[in-house]
Parts: sequence; structure tokens; C-alpha cells
Amino acid sequence: MNTADQYLKAIYLAQRIEDGPASTGTLADLLEVSPASVNEMIGKLEGRDLVEHEKYKGASLTEEGLERAHDALQTYCIIERFLANVLEVEEFRDEARALESVIDDTVADRLDTIIDRPKECPDCFDPELDCCERLELVDGRAD
Amino acid sequence: MSLGQRVSSDHQLARLLQIGVVLEEVVESRAAHHLESLPADERQAIDDDVRELLAEAAEESAGHRERLEALVDELDAETVAYEEINALVDAQYGPPEDTDGVLYDQLCNEETAYKFYDDLIEAVEASDAEFAIDRDRLLETLYDIREEEREGVEEVTEIMERRA
Repeated sequence: MNTADQYLKAIYLAQRIEDGPASTGTLADLLEVSPASVNEMIGKLEGRDLVEHEKYKGASLTEEGLERAHDALQTYCIIERFLANVLEVEEFRDEARALESVIDDTVADRLDTIIDRPKECPDCFDPELDCCERLELVDGRAD
Repeated sequence: MSLGQRVSSDHQLARLLQIGVVLEEVVESRAAHHLESLPADERQAIDDDVRELLAEAAEESAGHRERLEALVDELDAETVAYEEINALVDAQYGPPEDTDGVLYDQLCNEETAYKFYDDLIEAVEASDAEFAIDRDRLLETLYDIREEEREGVEEVTEIMERRA
């Protein structure tokens, strides 16, 4: 997943968390980058008509941006679910975040063929839990 | 979150190699399943080229898997047993309906594997991290496997074109 898609996914989640435009601060926290980096990328995404930015309010996804964010979140869900359920990784959230930039959509699609994912994906992704609300962990491991 | 494609630790490298192992296991398991999953008349009609392609793909993937597992072993990380992945592939397996479906699935497998190794090589090359395994050996193994995946894509494409 490329950097732009990671930003779009973060904006989508931040909009859900804040129930409105995504603020630079929330995005910087989610992406663990500086606010200056966020602003620079928002400008680029705005130039590509993927994001609308309103000063002092924040960033909102355009329809096209929303579609790409959805796809990116779905890819992320596949990676998380694969790590948690197939490789049985306990720290699957942290590892998914570390790996998402190296895992391409086509690779995620193949991994998807051996996992069981709800049809509603990625709408069932819980931004607070940072994983799918319906993810069942192997051995009933606690969150 | 690591923005940008880099592999920065042994742990992350081991995890990515494990994903490679699983992708190979999927290819191996599917290639082995394809023939037996076809309806009897389709199975009979399948030509020797396709049979040979599937047998070679399964064998080659097993070879790749072993080479990747040897690297993962040196990085001291657990791998998932082939039997477990095979069971997952079985559980989720939507068998192709005809020979074209078999070839198309095989093409997707090979293309995905190629893309995966290509991205992994790029991420390793972009990193200046010291790994517990020799970087040159790691990259050589990945170059070799990527090349074989590229050849695999070509072989499937050729058969598809011949049948068209």
C-alpha cells in the first residue's frame, strides 16, 4: 500500500473518530508523523481531488478519495486478519502497521483467499480498537 | 507506522518471508488441487502442457518455500506448517470450473508471487538495516525466486495464448 493510500485510510478513520473533518493533529497521531508532513501530503491529495481541506476545520475525503480509502482499509483488514488468524501473531495491529507499506493490494487479495472475512468489510472496522470489531482471535486471546 | 517501503528489522523481514512461504504454500496446494477439482470431462480434456505446468508449479513452489524457510530459520522466527495452510486453502477453496479457470488462477498466483518478491527486494534494498542473515545471500535468493516467478508468468501466458 503506498503512502497516499495510507493517508487516505487515516483520514477516513479520523473522520469516523471525530465525526467530521479530520484534524491535522489526529492524522499526525494516527500516522505517527509530524503535522508539517500531514499538511504537505494533504495538499498533494487535494491537488489530486481526493481530499477537500478547509482551514481550521480539517480534511474530508471526496467521493473518489472515499472509494480509495475503503479499498486501502480493506487491504489493511486483510493484513490484520491474516496476521491474527493465520500466522497467529499476538501483536497483529503493530505488525500490520509496520507491514502495510510493503504489502501490495494484489498480494493482499491472494492472502484474502485463505481467510474468512465478513461481507461488510471494511465497514466493521472499529477505529478505536484498531481492528475489525468481528475479528475472532485464535485461542480466545484477550484484546 | 512505517511510511515508505523499507524493511527495518529482522523481525519484520522474517514476517515478510513467512508471508512469502504462505503464498508459496497457496500456489503449491492449489496447483495440486486444480486437476482433481475439475469435473471429470474437463479433467480428461486437459492437455499434457497444463498437467506438466501444474506439476512443475507445485514442485517449484515447494522448492521456494524451503529456501524461504531456511532464511526464516536463521532469523529465529516460527513458521506455519504446510498442513495448516493446506487446510485453510481447502476450507476457502473455490475450485475453478474449467481449464481456463485453472490457468487463470495459476497466472494470478504467479503474478502475485512475482509482485510480492519485487516489492520485498525493493524494501530490502531501500533499507540500511543489518540483518542476522547475510544481505547478499538474502537478495540473491529473492532475485532467483523472483526470476522463476517471472518465468512462471510467461509459461502460463504462453499456454493461454496457445489455447486461445
